[in-house]
Amino acid sequence: MITAERKPLEEIIDSIRPFQRILLVGCNECVTVCAAGGRKEVGILSSLLQMSFLKQGKNLQIREHTLERQCDPEYVEELTSLVDGVEAILSMACGCGVQELSRRFKNKPVFPAVNTTFMGASERQGVWAERCRGCGDCLLGITGGICPIARCSKQLMNGPCGGSTSGKCEISPEVDCAWQLIWDRLKLLGLENRYEEIIPAKDWRPGGAAGPRKIIREDLAE
Amino acid sequence: MKTDSVLEKVLNAGELAVTSECGPPRGSVPEKIRQKAEMLKGYIDAVNVTDNQTAMVRMSSFAAGVFLRQLGLHPILQMVTRDRNRLAMQADILGAYAHGINTMLCLSGDHPYFGDHPMAAPVHDLDSIQFVQLVKKMREEGRFQGGGEIENPPKMFIGAAANPFADPFELRVARLAKKVAAGADFIQTQCIYNVDKFEKWMEGVCQRGLHQKCYILAGVTPLKSVGMARYMKNKVPGMDVPQELVDRMAGVPKDKQAEEGIQICVETIERLKMVKGVAGFHIMAIEWEQKVPEIVERAGLYPRPKVE
Repeated sequence: MITAERKPLEEIIDSIRPFQRILLVGCNECVTVCAAGGRKEVGILSSLLQMSFLKQGKNLQIREHTLERQCDPEYVEELTSLVDGVEAILSMACGCGVQELSRRFKNKPVFPAVNTTFMGASERQGVWAERCRGCGDCLLGITGGICPIARCSKQLMNGPCGGSTSGKCEISPEVDCAWQLIWDRLKLLGLENRYEEIIPAKDWRPGGAAGPRKIIREDLAE
Repeated sequence: MKTDSVLEKVLNAGELAVTSECGPPRGSVPEKIRQKAEMLKGYIDAVNVTDNQTAMVRMSSFAAGVFLRQLGLHPILQMVTRDRNRLAMQADILGAYAHGINTMLCLSGDHPYFGDHPMAAPVHDLDSIQFVQLVKKMREEGRFQGGGEIENPPKMFIGAAANPFADPFELRVARLAKKVAAGADFIQTQCIYNVDKFEKWMEGVCQRGLHQKCYILAGVTPLKSVGMARYMKNKVPGMDVPQELVDRMAGVPKDKQAEEGIQICVETIERLKMVKGVAGFHIMAIEWEQKVPEIVERAGLYPRPKVE
């Protein structure tokens, strides 16, 4: 999923300070799962903002709504009637959702209430970790199912650097050495020999080096 | 001979090679390079010019290398994949070679996290092994990585680094094998304090015949003080300083510790000379270049062979 974290309250307040009536929009997908911008977080942020503005003697009117998927035009249409009468939109979705609202409601300013961070997985309750960089040419089949692009601090494709210590990365004892994980898994699978195959220099075009990416499925596109 | 590199000539002649290190200044002061060059000249075969080492901005290794070349030394251009994409790397290799630099060391580089610009984006377009492949392709095929032909291809003597002390240990010989397969002509190792462990690694290296496919220069760094020994032991990732060495440094008075550090360094070199597969020494006297001549002399590595 795409993970996100709510921006500091002060920053959100600053972005909407000029406005009296706003629409606060959550998303029921990734940001709900990582507890950053779902229905629950929309409710909490709404209360926090109202309280904060009340203290300053200002009555902020907030309409709340959480869409099934904020990155999908079909669902964004639901907001049409709610947008009328508000001066600005505050989105708790990832950057894709924020941009979809900007595209659909061109004459309303849209502000992000979260920082979109990475594509990751849940490690345990309340902990999410980066797993994928979307390089567009997946290596996981030859790296034991562990991604060196997303999980090695130096993006090394051919083995651990000289800073790997007791399974940890040189940048922090909190960070696993991706190549230790890869090596352990290759051994477990009896694929040690695979380590010595050199992974050649990567073509970064599928990973975004060729400009903004787009997928067009001829069989589905209208 | 693959190149005109003096380092290659020394190694090819079967002599124990000696390299050292010159960290470029944190400013535009060529005089500092000149001072270091004068300390080292005549005592080493070639000198590594570090590339933003520890991810701190310094004068570029290319520019400092040109100064060293003009001063009559033979620079080993260090280049890290952290700061440049493949276009910039190849461009600098052409430039360096055009300036008479024919030896280089291909590294991934310390992470920006450790340096003075932790907010910088690391590049890592290539990793160190892919980098070695790129330099070899330029030399052997006369082509850029993109396929285009190079006019007067740079004939670089290609170095890479190895750290026998990092984890997982069982992968360290295989990692060297990959660098050799990619095209590394010589290897400079991480500073060796734990000679037992180094010997174990070299056994694995020799078993696979890797010492016959590339020259291995054993890295040494003299300890200046017990504080430095403790710092290297506890704070530097991938560094292995045995407790006995820390104790030995601690056992001499403060004003004698530098001398003890030099003594340990000389003893280490003497012991490493006995290790099968060691083709020379890389003496990294960090901001202590003035001690290199003494170490070289006391270790019986002076005078340097004349190969030109």
